[in-house]
Amino acid sequence: MKARRIKAIAKKELIQVWRDPRSLMIALLMPLMQMALLGYGVNLDIKHIPVCTFDREGSQRSEALLKRFQASNYFSVVEAVGSYGALKDALDYGRCKIGIVIPPDFSERLVDIGTVPVQIILDATDDNTASIGLGYAQDVVAGFSSDVQLVTWQRQGAIPQSAPVLLQSRVWFNEDLDSRNFVIPGVVAMVLALVGAQLTSLTISREWERGTMEVLISTPVTRMELMAGKLLPYFAIGLIDAAVCLALAVYWFEVPFRGALATLFLTTSLFLVVVLGVGYFISVAIRSQVGASQIALLVTMLPTTLLSGFAFPIDQMPWPIQAITYLVHSRYYVTILKAVFLKGAGLVELAAPISLLAIYAAVVAFLAARAFHKTLD
Amino acid sequence: MSPDAANGEVRIVTDRLVKRFGAFTAVDEVSFSVRRGEIMGFLGPNGAGKSTLIRMLCGLLRPTAGRAEVAGIDVARNPESVRENIGYMSQKFSLYNDLSVIENLRFFGGIYGVKGPRLTQRVAFAMEMAGLAGRADALVSNLSGGWKQRLALGCAVLHQPPILFLDEPTSGVDPSSRRRFWDLIYALSEQGVTILITTHYMDEAEYCNRLALINTGRLVALGTPSELKRGAIQGRLLLVECDDAGPLLEAIETAPGVRDVAPFGSALHLLVDDPAADIPRIEQFLSVRGLRWTRIEPIRPTLEDVFVQLVAVRRPDEAAP
Repeated sequence: MKARRIKAIAKKELIQVWRDPRSLMIALLMPLMQMALLGYGVNLDIKHIPVCTFDREGSQRSEALLKRFQASNYFSVVEAVGSYGALKDALDYGRCKIGIVIPPDFSERLVDIGTVPVQIILDATDDNTASIGLGYAQDVVAGFSSDVQLVTWQRQGAIPQSAPVLLQSRVWFNEDLDSRNFVIPGVVAMVLALVGAQLTSLTISREWERGTMEVLISTPVTRMELMAGKLLPYFAIGLIDAAVCLALAVYWFEVPFRGALATLFLTTSLFLVVVLGVGYFISVAIRSQVGASQIALLVTMLPTTLLSGFAFPIDQMPWPIQAITYLVHSRYYVTILKAVFLKGAGLVELAAPISLLAIYAAVVAFLAARAFHKTLD
Repeated sequence: MSPDAANGEVRIVTDRLVKRFGAFTAVDEVSFSVRRGEIMGFLGPNGAGKSTLIRMLCGLLRPTAGRAEVAGIDVARNPESVRENIGYMSQKFSLYNDLSVIENLRFFGGIYGVKGPRLTQRVAFAMEMAGLAGRADALVSNLSGGWKQRLALGCAVLHQPPILFLDEPTSGVDPSSRRRFWDLIYALSEQGVTILITTHYMDEAEYCNRLALINTGRLVALGTPSELKRGAIQGRLLLVECDDAGPLLEAIETAPGVRDVAPFGSALHLLVDDPAADIPRIEQFLSVRGLRWTRIEPIRPTLEDVFVQLVAVRRPDEAAP
């Protein structure tokens, strides 16, 4: 390995990226756009479920119950209808996900009998939203019931009783139960995986397409020098992108950052070696720029979205799929980022994923270097 | 290693070199040698195997059979050492279009380990040679063909290689630029650089010290241009000038004394044994058939005549000067 040759290639590569609008866009604009799109687009919280009400009584009491729905963050009452037909329409046309029907004798039965059914109709095409919505609705109704009971007891002069067993819950690591805190570190991993592989997927295929490779391989440059020279500038660009994405996560999306910068730097560097190596490997194997860029997108986007634990928890997948996730590079980095951000984990706690990522990096670098041959055969 | 190579005179030698791609034989048992400072030309139509041959000599393709030594080094066994000793200009224009003149030169300087004052001096030389002095910062994509080719040559000789491979370096370049390019090649040859150049321009082939005619992968003739012109043609050549060569072409084959006919631009070339006796007989033969011509006269053969004689399959569109 001669440093002079590596330097010559790295310098040339940087000049080319700087003068190529397409590479420049991937390097500088794509991370910002993806952070914005995925950061805002991927939202796993269920809030403001549209609700349609059919109040058949229209008393103060029934309105008090409906107001509780309106006041809750989880629901927003979008329509109040006057008939079952109208309620059915609202659900059919998707104007609401939940319909609440209050019977005409609501107040009367509440006072006389002490109990009254309230009907809830759920659009369960999205079963997850429906069951979560049902849970929230039960909470709202339960809150209303206990208030009514309290008032009744006070009127009767009884001492209010508390439940014998009380659950006191404390939420750790993501205290606000805000899914953004959980998703954004994954988004950073995804953006780096995509951008990294895109950047290097063009680097060898461009030389083949433009015909410059033939002369390059007629020179004494070795394939290790070529790979080192080609990856170095993209490593620098990748670190800048990583810094921008992580800064956006902390300062724009306000994800709590509890770990050490050094841990973050080390693990991010390792992950960059992996993603740049993957892109380089693809670029060597597929000698057209468009083809290489498509393949790079395919092999990073799908596995990272579905199998990295970025949005869908790995431990809830069936075991064959769980086994496959060990082959997904971003799995390790997603695990590391979430732990560093939310738990403040350090090198000791993360020894396992960091070692695996390091092995991954070594294997990818080895394969990428070996894939290139200095012949036209 | 041949005895010649040992004393440093022979710089390139091949021995029954073969390259096959599947069932297709691109280079078929080609043997030749090139001495130090010699300009060796490879002339042949497109697809004859010229580029494949050069690529094997540069270590870019592995020979299927046979042997080749460049600068005394076996290209199949030690291609990396070969690469230290050569400069190569590929058929496809091969500089970085999005880099400036100086950036390209510095890049190749870095790759070949040319540094310090030598780099400064070599870069200045290459720019002067390419006629690009004062245009160091021009993007290569903005240069015209002739400049690009001279700059590519400048990059290929930046590290002063003793052996230079040029694969159709002047294709698509205007005639005056081609002449300038050949001046540079002669200058390099005088400094002792061994040059192997391929071309399909007949006029260019005349500039070479020695010439190898190559067709469908085979070496069909090897010698100086004048040797080839003298030796390859058995008989004398006649030029037939006419307005319409079409009807003449078919009829004249059966004329007395005519051994062969080939179209040559708008005229015909005839191969005969005795011009003094044959010209009147041919003229009479044409008159009887009512065919018209302007002039029939003996001429000296050109390389194209040689090529036509030696190559069974004629491809005038590609082999024309």
